[in-house]
Amino acid sequence: MLPTDIRNPDYFHKVVDCQWACPAHTPVPEYIRLIASRRYGDAYMLNWQSNVFPGILGRTCDRPCEPACRRGRVEKEPVAICRLKRVAADYKGDIRHRLPRAPVRGNGKRVALVGAGPASLTVARDLAPEGYDLVLFDSAPAAGGMIRSQIPKFRLPEEVIDEEVGYILDLGMETRFGTPITSMNALLAENYDAIFVGCGAPRGRDLDLPGRHVAPGQIHLGIDWLASVAFGHVREIGRRVIVLGGGNTAMDCCRSARRLGGQDVTVVVRSGFAEMKASPWEKEEAMEEGIPILNFLVPKEFRHGGGTLQGVLFEKVAAERGADGRRRLVPTGEPDLMMPCDDVLIAVGQENAFPWIERDSGIDFDRWDMPVVNERTMQSTHPKVFFGGDAAFGAKNIIWAVAHGHEAAISIDRLCRGEDVAERPPPLVNLVSQKMGIHEWSYDNEISNDLRYRVPHREHELALADITAEVELGFDEKLGLAEAERCFNCDVQTVFTGRLCIECDACTDICPTDCITFTGNGEETDLRRRLTAPAHDVTQALYVSGNLKTGRVMVKDENLCLHCGLCAERCPTGAWDMQRFLLEMPLASHACCNL
Amino acid sequence: MTFVAKPKLSHPELPRNRLGLTRRDYEGAVSTLCAGCGHDSISAAIIRAFFELDLPPHRIAKLSGIGCSSKTPTYFLGRAHGFNSVHGRMPAVATGANLANRDLVYIGVSGDGDSASIGLGQFAHAMRRDVNMVYIVENNGVYGLTKGQFSATADVGARSKRGVTNTESSIDLAALALVLGASFVARSFSGDKAQLVPLIKAAVLHKGAAFIDCISPCVAFNNHAGSTKSYDYVREHNEAVDALDVIVGRDEISADYAPGTIETVVLHDGSILRLNKLAPDYSVHDRVAALAHIQDRERAGEIVTGLLYVGPESKDMHENLNTVATPLASLGDAELCPGSAALEELNATLR
Ligand SMILES: Cc1cc2nc3c(=O)[nH]c(=O)nc-3n(C[C@H](O)[C@H](O)[C@H](O)COP(=O)(O)OP(=O)(O)OC[C@H]3O[C@@H](n4cnc5c(N)ncnc54)[C@H](O)[C@@H]3O)c2cc1C
Ligand SMILES: Cc1ncc(C[n+]2csc(CCOP(=O)(O)OP(=O)(O)O)c2C)c(N)n1
Ligand code: SF4
Ligand code: SF4
Ligand code: SF4
Ligand SMILES: [Mg+2]
Repeated sequence: MLPTDIRNPDYFHKVVDCQWACPAHTPVPEYIRLIASRRYGDAYMLNWQSNVFPGILGRTCDRPCEPACRRGRVEKEPVAICRLKRVAADYKGDIRHRLPRAPVRGNGKRVALVGAGPASLTVARDLAPEGYDLVLFDSAPAAGGMIRSQIPKFRLPEEVIDEEVGYILDLGMETRFGTPITSMNALLAENYDAIFVGCGAPRGRDLDLPGRHVAPGQIHLGIDWLASVAFGHVREIGRRVIVLGGGNTAMDCCRSARRLGGQDVTVVVRSGFAEMKASPWEKEEAMEEGIPILNFLVPKEFRHGGGTLQGVLFEKVAAERGADGRRRLVPTGEPDLMMPCDDVLIAVGQENAFPWIERDSGIDFDRWDMPVVNERTMQSTHPKVFFGGDAAFGAKNIIWAVAHGHEAAISIDRLCRGEDVAERPPPLVNLVSQKMGIHEWSYDNEISNDLRYRVPHREHELALADITAEVELGFDEKLGLAEAERCFNCDVQTVFTGRLCIECDACTDICPTDCITFTGNGEETDLRRRLTAPAHDVTQALYVSGNLKTGRVMVKDENLCLHCGLCAERCPTGAWDMQRFLLEMPLASHACCNL
Repeated sequence: MTFVAKPKLSHPELPRNRLGLTRRDYEGAVSTLCAGCGHDSISAAIIRAFFELDLPPHRIAKLSGIGCSSKTPTYFLGRAHGFNSVHGRMPAVATGANLANRDLVYIGVSGDGDSASIGLGQFAHAMRRDVNMVYIVENNGVYGLTKGQFSATADVGARSKRGVTNTESSIDLAALALVLGASFVARSFSGDKAQLVPLIKAAVLHKGAAFIDCISPCVAFNNHAGSTKSYDYVREHNEAVDALDVIVGRDEISADYAPGTIETVVLHDGSILRLNKLAPDYSVHDRVAALAHIQDRERAGEIVTGLLYVGPESKDMHENLNTVATPLASLGDAELCPGSAALEELNATLR
């Protein structure tokens, strides 16, 4: 293999698995270290810069970082990255003086933002400090999008939304809430310099089964019902509730129903338990609240009697692998199952809808009736119109909406400056030795043996009695600190300087996870077989040096490195050094906050 | 030295041996020697060898004298028995321990100062008595612990870090062991685990004194230009006579060698040493020729390594003394003190 080019920012970025997996590339280990040193405000601001909603995401993020976390590969569970973010938010104190402000004199450019969900709010956050004249539209009476209208308050209290959405609105912009945009052409005619569409995926998918329309008052579309609950229009539900669907919306529906009078709430899913779309922790929490999840039941019919809903009829199915290798559900032939109920909540997915965008507006739509959007620039086929969040590529989650928002803001900024939108600014990269003395590093390189800490929960009874009572109480400082210690500091990189190496084997011998091998060079597949320990995971890089004195090369499998620095401590010549790699993603405004 | 303890977390696919242990279970405390010391590599090789031999750590006794090398038993086999004796006296303690309990596996670790200077007499008698043990000298040519004075194994002409040239004749411990009648003699290099690990395994399996002179660079005091025990010098002048493959019981025979270059040695317990002969005319069973070869190559400035000699049928100390099979330490009062009638009987045979 050729010697690894560690100057390519992607190389070390990938080693920081959590940061790489985070759509917004939040510098996770850096904020965890700040938490460990009780610098909560700094940890919060670092997050705020990357992901805009640390308090919200610290409670609700889909956390793609956690399955990626290296810790999960050497012990049972990853670091509780997400809940540590909440620790930063909970203990940060007052940070308002650290937030940017719009400059007194604007830059004269006007940008319209359609929808005030996390995608648009991110664009606003990034552009406001640059002096843009922003107009934020939403048909809803307040900003927040689905964060406010969908996510139940027992997962995300209103104050947290108000606070973090408020930080953005306070940057200075015009808001027009309660104002649906009904025509793209009309909006274009207002001559904005750019338009960002962050209108989400607002429509709940329906189930057009026999009996669907007989008793509409008892059959609800999940996301509409959740919005009504969020805005206080719905305060109760029947005693027996069936929730149809296996995603996170279904989990929020059933847990909300449980709090509004549903005593006998059941989730019924077509697929198997493992194939359900809901996150494992969402399923767990629903079951802990006494909600059974029934699998392999396909709804067939809504049964009525005397104009009222009696129940739902299900066909029993089983998963089978077809000749094409694909799994499909086939009826088992057993008798259908009739489940009596008082209410049904349909949570079987979301759809995008753009009835207000005329198809002659210059924005192309594809054969699924989705706008054609460039994945890197978020630009549509109309050069001035950008999309992001659920509106761009279908329903995802908050952190993706944020990531899209950042990219769109960069594009809009470049467009307004007359620069090429396709050209992207590079990330800010910084690589600094952490050596302070012979055995002293400026990071805590001792590896904690603690298992993942559970976030304390409110007592069941109290939690179920009040739909606004937050279930998770968050880590206290002590737990937060202990959990923070579990992080390996994967951003403190092992940097190898071949010309200093005397091939004494000290690093190979000390490495607790057998990462380092000195051997003859070869092709990657061949090298992977010859290492001290198996290195099957080809998504994890091999760090290969140039030829050493004996003609061999140093090969380090990045996969299981604990970043403990022992190789560097035991190296007599300083051929290994531990260097902190800080990568910050480019943003439209870098004057953006006081870190 | 390193202050942070080695993390307990390990590679999830770390192999387990027949006892269900991983290599990590054979480790000791983190070394406090200078970073890069050859001795640490030897410790790592010992860990691997004992792990691969499936030996239960609590049936192993590690013994040492004084010196950096003699400190190393702390850094391997943390669950084994250990005795850190006075300077140069490891062989006496090992002999005594072995006499008392022949069932343990003994590994003695010593330095060139410990064995070639103050302990030279002790070394000699352990060899000639054929105490059943592994005897490793971690040979760096200096007294590392006392800051780098030349030891008795320093070569004539070698220069110290301060620029002083050694003029006194050097002791070749491997050659000496051959002369003393040792039944297993090898030399290796801390920087070559591929060679060292099988040698340690063979030494453990060998019945009798198994001596390994292991050159082990001292990074602090003897790894400069002008040293003959530095990483660079040893790598340049290393001449291996053979490469070893140790096959124990159910182990599969894996290595493929060109026909005619293989010699097989069967040990007393049935284990097999497969020797890939790198020096075609060299015979590991010929003590005199071995000695001649070592000295001949030494004159040419080369360091001969590998398995140098293994006695055809070794007898260890217990066999020579005709002791009972049960370890003396396990004998009860009745066996140890059979009573006055037995004493009378014994006395009668001596009258
Ligand atoms: C029940 C439920 C629970 C969820 N839980 C989580 C979670 O725990 N974690 C997570 O990460 N994600 C969660 N999500 C997904 C997440 O809420 C969305 O992915 C995210 O909010 C998308 O952000 P967005 O900015 O693209 O759009 P949205 O948040 O959908 O905001 C769009 C906004 O645009 C407005 N709008 C739409 N059309 C117009 C128009 N024509 N004119 C004016 N305004 C308009 C809407 O009123 C809305 O306020 C959940 C979704 C649901 C349905
Ligand atoms: C009786 C006695 N004499 C002298 C010493 C001082 N001393 C300690 S270690 C040592 C030499 C050790 O050299 P070596 O065995 O080669 O070990 P190394 O440190 O080189 O590994 C000496 C002379 C001592 N501890 N005890
Ligand atoms: S251990 Fe820490 S730095 Fe490493 S992947 Fe997990 S959270 Fe990220
Ligand atoms: S930092 Fe060095 S010693 Fe520690 S796990 Fe990584 S490679 Fe091994
Ligand atoms: S410890 Fe340092 S000098 Fe020794 S082999 Fe490793 S990198 Fe090379
Ligand atoms: Mg010495």
